[in-house]
Amino acid sequence: MSEEVKALESMIGEEYKYGFTTDVEYEEFPKGISEEIVRELSKRKNEPEWMTDFRVKAYHAWKEMEEPNWFNATYTKPDYENMLYYSAPKKKPQLDSMDDVDPNIRETYEKLGIPLEEQKMLAGVAVDAVFDSVSVFTSFKEKLAEAGVIFCSMSEAIQDHPELIKKYMASVVPVRDNYFSALNSAVFSDGSFCYIPKNTKCPMELSTYFRINNMNSGQFERTLIVAEEGSSVSYLEGCTAPMYDENQLHAAVVELVALDNADIKYSTIQNWYSGDENGKGGIYNFVTKRGICKGKNSKISWTQLETGSAVTLKYPSVILQGDNSIGEFYSVAVTTKMQQADTGTKMIHLGKNTKSTIISKGISAGRSQNSYRGEVKIGKKAHGSKNYSVCDSMLIGQECGAHTFPYISSENPSSSVEHEATTSRVGEEQIFYLMQRGISEQDAISMIINGFVKDVLKELPLEFAVEANKLLDVKLEGSVG
Amino acid sequence: MLEIKNLHAVVEGEDIEILKGVNLKVNAGEIHAIMGPNGSGKSTLSKVVSGHPEYEVTEGEILFNGEDITELDADERAHLGLFLAFQYPVEVPGITNRTLLREAYNTIARANDREELDPLEFEDYIESKLDVINMKDEFLNRSINTGFSGGEKKKNEIFQMAVLNPVLSFLDETDSGLDIDALKVVSEGVNKIANDENAIVMITHYQRLLNYIKPDFVHVMMDGRIIKSGDISLAEELEANGYDKMEKELALNGEAQ
Repeated sequence: MSEEVKALESMIGEEYKYGFTTDVEYEEFPKGISEEIVRELSKRKNEPEWMTDFRVKAYHAWKEMEEPNWFNATYTKPDYENMLYYSAPKKKPQLDSMDDVDPNIRETYEKLGIPLEEQKMLAGVAVDAVFDSVSVFTSFKEKLAEAGVIFCSMSEAIQDHPELIKKYMASVVPVRDNYFSALNSAVFSDGSFCYIPKNTKCPMELSTYFRINNMNSGQFERTLIVAEEGSSVSYLEGCTAPMYDENQLHAAVVELVALDNADIKYSTIQNWYSGDENGKGGIYNFVTKRGICKGKNSKISWTQLETGSAVTLKYPSVILQGDNSIGEFYSVAVTTKMQQADTGTKMIHLGKNTKSTIISKGISAGRSQNSYRGEVKIGKKAHGSKNYSVCDSMLIGQECGAHTFPYISSENPSSSVEHEATTSRVGEEQIFYLMQRGISEQDAISMIINGFVKDVLKELPLEFAVEANKLLDVKLEGSVG
Repeated sequence: MLEIKNLHAVVEGEDIEILKGVNLKVNAGEIHAIMGPNGSGKSTLSKVVSGHPEYEVTEGEILFNGEDITELDADERAHLGLFLAFQYPVEVPGITNRTLLREAYNTIARANDREELDPLEFEDYIESKLDVINMKDEFLNRSINTGFSGGEKKKNEIFQMAVLNPVLSFLDETDSGLDIDALKVVSEGVNKIANDENAIVMITHYQRLLNYIKPDFVHVMMDGRIIKSGDISLAEELEANGYDKMEKELALNGEAQ
């Protein structure tokens, strides 16, 4: 192996800097899962009966299901009996302002560079912070309420907006959709709910930060976004976790509903702890994300930068039901060390003249495995529909792998599907070429990577794009010695 | 300006010697041509001089303006004013020519305590260089060499050379793959860049290039060594008789040893 590749790999080996833990008192809850546990969880959350029933049904559905194993990843299955299904910081009864949030938790979010406080005012971003299982603070609620926008934790939504939750929860991702969605439906702890009323442009970007702190806790949050006719919203999601030797499960469900002429943009920066050099520890990120373009001319766009987790199984999808609706998926997945990612998207075209675009960029380094899995399905009635997919992989070093699994089916002859895929290696030749022009090795690598992911990062909201660039630098460039 | 003394080099980690004692001296204001058959080591020479990490110098030295640069990294050599026009220019998707050149220009300026150009100044500067190679503006906005034709890639190398204004340039088979019109444009570009203070070393198979760029010296390289040097008439002799004949003659005279 040449010096360049070695240097490159050592840069990639940059240590995870969000691996600290926060010392907070937790509400006690027994480990393991059973109907009693599910009922107890629902009780602690003071939930109405319909919600308890929903959970219990989901639990029994899950019990009957089998854990899937069709992924291009090998891992020890989570020990569901040894997991904590509810983990909440002991909190004061009511959080009216930032001052009420546990200072340790606030400090945590500050360390993570999440500006929960005044700075956020300037940026104009509303934040819902989910710490382990519960939402600790939702900012800007009032300003949003003026516009008629509801943005609150899922627990609050169940109490305050039951009619909306009953109508839309599990309408996009049914309980039995898959093993992890069923589990989530039974034990989801919290999450965010967002409702944009008719003809309303959400006045600010909404964001949620997820943090797993407690060692044995799984995190099962649930996000639901409903955009009424003619409305639009941009939603950002960020995630980190401390470093533990044990694997932790994160099995979230995210549902998006866009009605006529509505527009939802959902961006994720996922940087869960990815385990050590030898693949010990790290998060299992088994997430079901799906949106439905229910109304005509509606649009759903997923943008993700996936850099963390030991194992990622995740396929943010769009069901294009309304005529002329648009689905987009922009993804950068970076794997290093022993990480395994099997990620991609599904675009299901049902309505006429529906369009979807998939741009997927995978970067693999170390001994990691990075797979793109994507499905494009064009239904019988989806006349004049179009899909365009680009799927590029970049390899750094000799021991990693990149794989592509495209599934395409079209039942409508007036539609078109285009798929392009490339695999390249960050070669010595590219680095040498740039260095010959006077550019340092680090800058050369950074340039090559940035060039590779540019098509995707430009889709992120500006503030997030800056963060994404920084994260990529840490993950792939960092400081050598 | 450049003095190469008894240079030996191997592919990193392998035993096979590719350069077997190269000697070469280049002064300011000179244009040199190195000719030789495939596998003679002439492209390797240009890579070793510019610091390609694939090669390891096992013996000898490379002096640049009196300084031994054998151990310097490629970017440090570039800061001293060394430029290599690649035989196969590399594609870097997503980064525009303009971005690369501004970064490169300012990095070199910084390393030499010269003033950097801000984006607007750089724009004026780079525009003024487009004429050297009859390049259109839009060329600057394209990703480095991505989707370029063979001819465009070669032109781009000479354009970069014009912008970075190096002291010493190696042109590694810049003529290969060019049609006659492109060859003229590229050659005219090189002639515009050449002056009394810089030097150019062209590496080529064919005498054709030398009709457009007149070298002061011609060297013949075979089996990792420069076996004969002379003026342009040496190139004409090669064109007429081929490398084989020259090799045999030299072997008879004992010169190749």
